[in-house]
Amino acid sequence: MEQIARTRLRRGIIITVVIFIVAAAAAGALAWRPGIPAIAPPGRGSFATTEIARGAVLVALGDCAVCHTTMNGRPYAGGRGISTPFGTVYATNITPDSDTGIGRWSLAAFRRAMRDGIDRAGRHLYPVLPYPHFTRATDDDIAAMYAFLMTRTPVRQQAPPNALPFPFSWRPLLAGWNLLFLRPGVWQADPAKDAVWNRGAYLVEAISHCGACHTPHNLLGAEKGGQALAGGDAEGWYAPALQAGSPAPVPWSADALTTYLRTGFESAHGAAAGPMAPVTHQLATLPDADVHAIAVYIASFMPPGRTPLGGAPNGGAPHGEAPQTDATGPATASPSSVADLEAKPIFDGACGACHAADAPMTHAGAPSLALSTVINAPTSRGVVDVILHGLPWREGHAGPYMPAFAAALTDAQIAALTIYLRARYSDRPAWQDVNETVRAARRQEGGT
Amino acid sequence: MIKLTVNGRAHAVDAEPDTPLLYVLRNELGLNGAKFGCGLGQCGACTVIVDGAAVFSCLMPIALLPGRQVMTIEGLGTEAAPGPVQRAFIAEQAAQCGYCIAGMVMRTQALLARTPDPSAQQIRDGLNPNLCRCGTHMRIIAAVRRAAVSLRAGAPAKAATQ
Repeated sequence: MEQIARTRLRRGIIITVVIFIVAAAAAGALAWRPGIPAIAPPGRGSFATTEIARGAVLVALGDCAVCHTTMNGRPYAGGRGISTPFGTVYATNITPDSDTGIGRWSLAAFRRAMRDGIDRAGRHLYPVLPYPHFTRATDDDIAAMYAFLMTRTPVRQQAPPNALPFPFSWRPLLAGWNLLFLRPGVWQADPAKDAVWNRGAYLVEAISHCGACHTPHNLLGAEKGGQALAGGDAEGWYAPALQAGSPAPVPWSADALTTYLRTGFESAHGAAAGPMAPVTHQLATLPDADVHAIAVYIASFMPPGRTPLGGAPNGGAPHGEAPQTDATGPATASPSSVADLEAKPIFDGACGACHAADAPMTHAGAPSLALSTVINAPTSRGVVDVILHGLPWREGHAGPYMPAFAAALTDAQIAALTIYLRARYSDRPAWQDVNETVRAARRQEGGT
Repeated sequence: MIKLTVNGRAHAVDAEPDTPLLYVLRNELGLNGAKFGCGLGQCGACTVIVDGAAVFSCLMPIALLPGRQVMTIEGLGTEAAPGPVQRAFIAEQAAQCGYCIAGMVMRTQALLARTPDPSAQQIRDGLNPNLCRCGTHMRIIAAVRRAAVSLRAGAPAKAATQ
């Protein structure tokens, strides 16, 4: 008996060691990718105009400019720091500059980056580039995006080096990540659904990569399986759920979403903030049909509505904050008296000029805060970020605006105001961790 | 009574806690440099400096201010002895109607305290919240550059921010 047990043990050890060796060899083999020869930058004449135009639409749908452009910087020239739980990754220059951009990349090199997350030289790219989504794109679409990007004005601009601690700075690690999380294969249509829904599904999953922000991520930074669009994080900003968990008091319809995506504003929901604002700037330029298809697909997951605090969801006056008037204070909800005493003058003096029940902005179509997604959200992070950063002006873009209050309010004042907003404008339970959320948001300040 | 410290002087103001700082500055303290433009934090004419940072005083209820330092354009210098940023705006003749200029000067003062040698883009981004309807932006930007040079050269320390 004893001998059999010993033999089994020995066999187990040998098998384990063999598995380790094979895994290490496989990882090494997987991690190593050859370079793809540099090419002379192709001239504009190498691409058909129709191909470039199709690429322009796809690149806008893919929001490439959102990450690959600094605030008010040259389009696609990179340099914007994307903060991740692992450190800051700087978006690269994807203009066709020979030295600092992708001017010497062949279509094959570009396609490999989009599908496998490998750059022309053979280095692994970080999945903050959403290649797990782009890998679903068709060859034709990838070629059109290439045609558009290769015909932009080259900008000579080197992205700063990433600020990632070891071991995340060691790129071959990503071979293992890809083994675990990258599922190759072009997106396949669902024959049970109609063409518009399927177009939307393709765009959302393969091109626009909505899940990169709106799906929760696991500890290794991959989107959690089975929780698609269940709500996530975008560079610290709260990215709301786009399915049954959507906290929007008025459920999103396809038409409302189309308006929101194209203008950054919708009268029963409010304004796009944070990294979503430049996304809407991109979508504003697109054919209606594509944005509508995205909206149809997303809206198909939305929950049935709930009645927002003190107001009919639709049709009724969107500013009817029900019985709450500034004179009588909140009637339906009663903020804790401490927060109320401290926060009501802050709200009235700092926010009321635009957000009070009869403020001029409400007459211009802005909804009551009771309809706000962030105020009804499971986390206070959205409210805190909007208070800190506002909705800034961006050069060359019209859109909703809110001043930033980072300099005006202390952490304690922001926390008090946040608690007050939740109690006054939502019937959902109070947030428990507002002070910590404010501190975390402050730490990340300036990162966007 | 709410206690305020403005340009280094302590004041006790008898006003509701949600009263905007701008109203107190202009109507109670006689400091008329900051202007009322929109009252919505959109134009920047009311910009003052609180604890070293530029803020819209029209959206700054005085309840927020006990224990904090407010500086207005009156704290930077006088007509007879203007501070370095004010002198730069005069030298570049940056004002047309002048309504936005006090706010522009205060935002510049805060910008240069944090970024003594700003790039062209940093100047544009820094002054982005403040609007000028006359269109003297080129002169305003020149004034910011001139002020930066003069502050770096160690101009009279009178106008140093808190």
